[in-house]
Amino acid sequence: MSADHLPEHPDFLWRNPDPKKSYDAVIVGGGGHGLATAYFLAKNHGMTNIAILEKGWLAGGNMARNTTIIRSNYLWDESAAIYEHALKLWEILPEELEYDFLFSQRGVMNLAHTLGDVRESVRRVGANRLNGVDAEWLDPQQVKELCPILNISDNIRYPVMGATYQPRAGIAKHDHVAWAFARKCDELGVDIIQNCEVTGFIKDGNRVTGVQTTRGTINTEKVGLCAAGHSSVLAEMAGFRLPIQSHPLQALVSELHEPVHPTVVMSNHVHVYVSQAHKGELVMGAGVDSYNGYGQRGSFHVIEEQMAAAVELFPIFARAHVLRTWGGIVDTTLDASPIVGLSPVENMFVNCGWGTGGFKGTPAAGLTFAHTIATGAPHQLNKPFALERFETGALIDEHGAAAVAH
Amino acid sequence: MLLISCPNCGPRDETEFHYGGQAHVAYPESPNDLTDREWAEYLFYRENTKGTFAERWVHSTGCRQWFNMLRDTVSYEIHSIYGMGQPRPDIKSTGQSSEPTQPGEFTQAGEFGQAGEPGLAPGAASPTATTPISSEGV
Repeated sequence: MSADHLPEHPDFLWRNPDPKKSYDAVIVGGGGHGLATAYFLAKNHGMTNIAILEKGWLAGGNMARNTTIIRSNYLWDESAAIYEHALKLWEILPEELEYDFLFSQRGVMNLAHTLGDVRESVRRVGANRLNGVDAEWLDPQQVKELCPILNISDNIRYPVMGATYQPRAGIAKHDHVAWAFARKCDELGVDIIQNCEVTGFIKDGNRVTGVQTTRGTINTEKVGLCAAGHSSVLAEMAGFRLPIQSHPLQALVSELHEPVHPTVVMSNHVHVYVSQAHKGELVMGAGVDSYNGYGQRGSFHVIEEQMAAAVELFPIFARAHVLRTWGGIVDTTLDASPIVGLSPVENMFVNCGWGTGGFKGTPAAGLTFAHTIATGAPHQLNKPFALERFETGALIDEHGAAAVAH
Repeated sequence: MLLISCPNCGPRDETEFHYGGQAHVAYPESPNDLTDREWAEYLFYRENTKGTFAERWVHSTGCRQWFNMLRDTVSYEIHSIYGMGQPRPDIKSTGQSSEPTQPGEFTQAGEFGQAGEPGLAPGAASPTATTPISSEGV
């Protein structure tokens, strides 16, 4: 895929209406998850008198900052179910949304560098297959065949001992995904209201009845929070707490190069993930900055370490130049799984805690969160991801289990 | 990168430190008496402040001592660094640093369940000097 295949920059795809006085539901956050939620509310549940409130511009937060990796090779049943459902939706959404957002199923490889990695990876391949998720174990030679630029020799600190591979995984053009959802939302009658920051909630007892914004007060019967890194700030306004810590997560791109990298490679152990965007940039990311932060930037040593890892694995990257680095604010939970469900406030619902991997979950987050908002009860897929799990102890502990690169 | 003034070692790069999350979280005095909700609060719920945040750091590759820090989570500016067991200093809402803590005000951190500073074991050496104002990082 070369840059020639990128579509023309589209004309305006949605209206910019002023907020109405009231809606049946208000979604806070105009990123991928907010847009997908509004789309499924309108499409699956016939709720079209709804609005998306975005404090900045559409899809300008983490939706503009992620590294676009889509995969479903999670260890635990609950995660495999929701992420695999997301992947199946990714496969049909270009047609359904009538928008080719360049979903490229070029596969994702998760490298193993230690005996512990190998055991965990082989176990995960087995678990994935039992859950209907495509997964293979590759030996180093097979790794090399799929990605010839990877260094599989034993002259590095942590030689590649193999990899898991999910052929149906891949990447998509994140901006186009947002535009695809936004256009359909708009067609279905959803008001997308940008530059509209939520400053408070109006409650009748413990029931939310409205939203205060920088563009006036909006009455609503239901509120869905899709604010990622700012979820705690909104929850505090509404009078409850979330078990979330917001951290900066940085990523970077190189200048443009000829196609050299045919797949997506992730390594938790030397800690970097790399793909090559359609236009030709090498796109890299790694773990979060250790400290809490809302600054949409992080510390340079984090970038330095992930580049060192990348050069170790891909010696030809040594001469590539960084074009730019940036940071987004990710909402991490202690079990590295999202929270999608009811909140302690009546008629208010939360979709958050997707941490470093929210992009891949976008369609399933939208589908299940819309179901939760419309019916007042969780969808089968998001039932295990309720806020209550932190009290019951039924955690979905994907830390280190799901090839999650934190 | 943050430039962090360790109370014992002076200004050092962030890479020498490890983050310890929210400060002043006391270990429950009677863990067995807690409800599931209260236990969940202790285990999983922490403040996620946008603005001035009290947090713990440890100088892992230096003196290996824990200390507290008041830092702005948006600008990442460090307002104050103070000892384990010390109360959170008042800083002006304008973001100005507080009055310097007097040297010698560092107290021995309490035991588990008392001063609420699980990071510092009883008997650990107290820092001997304070560095209330630190430089901005990044």
